[in-house]
Amino acid sequence: MDSALATALSIGFHGLAFAMVLYLISVGLSVTMGMMGFINLAHGVFAMAGGYILTGLLDHHRVPFPLALAAAAGAVALASIPIERLLYRRLYGGDELDQVLLTIGLVFMSGAAAQYFFGPDQQPLRLPPGLSGGVKLGFGEFSLYQCLLIAVGAALATGLWLGLERSRFGAQIRAAVDNLRMAQSLGIDTSRLFCLTFALGSGLAGLGGGLGSDLITVVPSYALDNLVYFLIVVAIGGLGSIRGPFLAAVLVGLVDSTGKFLLPQFGAFFIYAMTLGLLLWRPRGLFGRG
Amino acid sequence: MSRGAFSAMLAALLAAVLVVMPIGASAQTIKIGVINSFTGFVSEPADQGQKGADLYVKLHQKDLPPGVKIELLKRDDTSNPEVGKRLAQDLITRDHVQLLTGIVLSPVAAAVAPLTAEAKVPLVISYAGAGVAIPRLSPYVVRVTFTLWQQAYPMGKWAAQQGWKTAYTAVTDFIAGHDAEAGFTRAFTDAGGKIVGADRFPPANPDFTPFVQRIKDAKPQVAYIFVPAGTQATAMMRAISDLGLRQAGTTIASTQDLVPDEELPNMGDTPLGLITAGTYSVAGNRPANKAFLAEWKRAYGDKSIPDFFSVDGWDGMAMIFDMIKATRGNFTADQAMAFFKNWKDPSSPRGPIMIDPETRDIVQNIYIRKVEKVDGKLANLEIATIPMVKDPWKTLHPVR
Amino acid sequence: MAAARSVRAWLTRRAAPSGRAAALEAFAGRHRYRPLEALPWLAALAAYVVFPGYLPLGAQILATILFALSADLVLGYAGIITLGQAAFFGTGAYTAGLLAAHGWGEPITGLFAAAAAAALVGTLSGLIILRSSGLTQLIQTLVVAAMLAEAANKASAVTGGDDGLQGMQVWPLFGHFAFGLYGRTAFFYCLGVLFLCWLAVRRIVHSAFGRSLTGIRENSGRMHALGAPVIRRQLVAYTISAALAGISGALIAQTSGFVGLDSLGLDRSGTVLIMLIIGGVGRLYGAFIGVPLYMIAQDRFSTVEPVYWYFWIGLLMVLLVVFTRGGVLGLFDRLWRRG
Repeated sequence: MDSALATALSIGFHGLAFAMVLYLISVGLSVTMGMMGFINLAHGVFAMAGGYILTGLLDHHRVPFPLALAAAAGAVALASIPIERLLYRRLYGGDELDQVLLTIGLVFMSGAAAQYFFGPDQQPLRLPPGLSGGVKLGFGEFSLYQCLLIAVGAALATGLWLGLERSRFGAQIRAAVDNLRMAQSLGIDTSRLFCLTFALGSGLAGLGGGLGSDLITVVPSYALDNLVYFLIVVAIGGLGSIRGPFLAAVLVGLVDSTGKFLLPQFGAFFIYAMTLGLLLWRPRGLFGRG
Repeated sequence: MSRGAFSAMLAALLAAVLVVMPIGASAQTIKIGVINSFTGFVSEPADQGQKGADLYVKLHQKDLPPGVKIELLKRDDTSNPEVGKRLAQDLITRDHVQLLTGIVLSPVAAAVAPLTAEAKVPLVISYAGAGVAIPRLSPYVVRVTFTLWQQAYPMGKWAAQQGWKTAYTAVTDFIAGHDAEAGFTRAFTDAGGKIVGADRFPPANPDFTPFVQRIKDAKPQVAYIFVPAGTQATAMMRAISDLGLRQAGTTIASTQDLVPDEELPNMGDTPLGLITAGTYSVAGNRPANKAFLAEWKRAYGDKSIPDFFSVDGWDGMAMIFDMIKATRGNFTADQAMAFFKNWKDPSSPRGPIMIDPETRDIVQNIYIRKVEKVDGKLANLEIATIPMVKDPWKTLHPVR
Repeated sequence: MAAARSVRAWLTRRAAPSGRAAALEAFAGRHRYRPLEALPWLAALAAYVVFPGYLPLGAQILATILFALSADLVLGYAGIITLGQAAFFGTGAYTAGLLAAHGWGEPITGLFAAAAAAALVGTLSGLIILRSSGLTQLIQTLVVAAMLAEAANKASAVTGGDDGLQGMQVWPLFGHFAFGLYGRTAFFYCLGVLFLCWLAVRRIVHSAFGRSLTGIRENSGRMHALGAPVIRRQLVAYTISAALAGISGALIAQTSGFVGLDSLGLDRSGTVLIMLIIGGVGRLYGAFIGVPLYMIAQDRFSTVEPVYWYFWIGLLMVLLVVFTRGGVLGLFDRLWRRG
């Protein structure tokens, strides 16, 4: 019985760690898609960029881990601003199909660029000695890195939730998601709001991509390989929600991990079945608005 | 500039894209079609292999007979057999190549092989090792890579000789994994061992932790693992380390794919003591290997590390060059095949190799290697050599 | 749709008419065949003569045009956003492939079987996905295809799993024309099947049923109010589209002699969507422009630049969006109105 319990714990732990990465990457996608109605299939590009920056800084430049993480998130957020201004903004409120074409085009270009600069190989995450190895937590031994993932993910989720619930910026975002025209007529500078939200979402994706580069491997095809997972989290969570993607990510992480352990031959089948079932039950997702 | 002008420019650009760019070629030029998976899920081994092949061409182009040139027509099969087959058709019918080479994915090789018989164009498979029976699909196919059976079968035998009785096999669910599983299982059970569990991982984006947990719960003496070299190998090693599989008393045996030389520096100390059967190690103590490594570092930089795919690519080109030299650039498909079938190289970077004229598969040393620390860095040290192994599957399954 | 009307005018080589009379005239004459509609078929025949080395590519292009046409029917006419069209393509491909691998390699009957199997999958999945819309619908189409791909992967004893289906024996077409190395039979086979399917789709689109689909796409609420059975019509369109995609998959399977898991994959669904958008959605000819453009560009780029070709494809896509809307046909519209 003891070993069964330890196994269950280890699977749950692993699932949670994966969930946190999924959450960090997907929450920005949920807000931008919900608020701007923009089908952004290139969101994974920002996560991939975060992964390349973090692994590169750790590997070649021996930057301290927290600093490298902050640099990855910051650089991705900054870089996303001109992309939003120059490309995305033209298509707000436009044809969804043009959005698909633009964002897939960006995915192709960034994938080829990544292969050109970094080669086709997976980028190794060199954790500082203090973060590798395991930690005893009374009822078993867990990977320290996964503990860190869960801690950072949970802290950011709480911070984001409180921040957006309490702050003026958060209120503006929620207003814009709920009713864009009304928000505009109340004098909210939605253009600026879009840009800031987009940068925040991209920065979080960069953070998630960097932090999770051991669980979701950093390769040139990253953005396309993992698109389904990100979209599933957004759809289950409900467009434009902050809490939704968290719950959805936890659900996806746990179901994925459990399914793969109990019936490994079925692969990702459980995730798909769960998604289909959930969306039939609640077409707008768990926390969908409108 | 007005929007209309931009539109016109764009239209011009689109038109330009459609323009067919002819490729000039002189009469002395031998065209060789190179089909490789430059993009897609096997782009890592494709890249390593292509670097080895390109290096050989760069160094030995000057050795070709006077007036003879080669032209490599590189095509990306995007890791998709349907595309690979069409590219082979294009290369044969459109570009009139005299030889085909490359190919990482064995399903691509299986799709292309029948065409080589129809068109009478020899195919030198440089990187695909799975699909043990592929050379039987066409008399114009020769393989310089290896077969998975060639490594898995001796490993199973060796494991049984160590006195291990129980084994768990865990392989990626595709043709290479199946070959590795079958080869190991056959040799291990023939020698009296018992397989206590067998799992197959999904090939795309697998998460190894749950699988390693299952192995750990089954407590076998030896776990025989096969994952494709590259991305997945590192992830597998981390799962093994995270769950403490080896501390729980299970020995891990594998093919060289689990510890490719270029991935070793990314694996921490986890692989220390790991046993694998393979065809090539950077640590191989042979003069030809030392020379190869020196050239590699000169061409690709000190940080770049070749692996067995690189040597396969190198050897494939070496065989093609030897044939061109021997025929002075004038050969038919049958003459080329006759040369390939009897080709041997006593001093490849991986040791002595030769093509078996019967099966058109390679005969080579299989090394039992152990991961150890040399000068503070991990290396696959060759601890035992099984000389000149012929593919065991074809011996066990003769053509009726 | 002003844009579509002006294209129609362009197709008829007349100056864009204006006003009510012209609209009525265009409406009444929309299903008559125009001389310019012969252009794709003449181009295909010309390609056969001029580029005999490109027939294998040509056959793949023709089969993919059919696939894009099927996507246009759901996306452009029924207004269903799908990222799962490969579900039907793959079903058709595996149906034809399995038949040919197990002793029935007759190609034409293989096509019919593929169409039937794909139509069945279309009806069943349509019952699920047509209840929702927007992102939810997109995800559902995607998940249906992903589940089928996963199932095909797991049933590796039947499908060959990740290694693909091996050992297909496709019999000669009409008992005479073998599918050879040079792709001549494949080219004409695909061309003929595409032509027949195009005639059918054209008829459907211009029928009362087709017009009610357009109505549903433009304003499904109003169509409901008019008493149109919206979901049922959409389901019929979805099923027809699935059958066409299945035929396309079967064509690729039979002419390449191979079926792989990627025939059910997201890449396949996404690429066909992109090719269609590049050409222009909802105008029947987008497929005939987008597919050749994309596939020839890919062939050229990847010949010159075998490793990084998809950077240029991506750039092409971004430029298209930045400088024009509505794909290449939209671009033509704009140029025409200027000139």
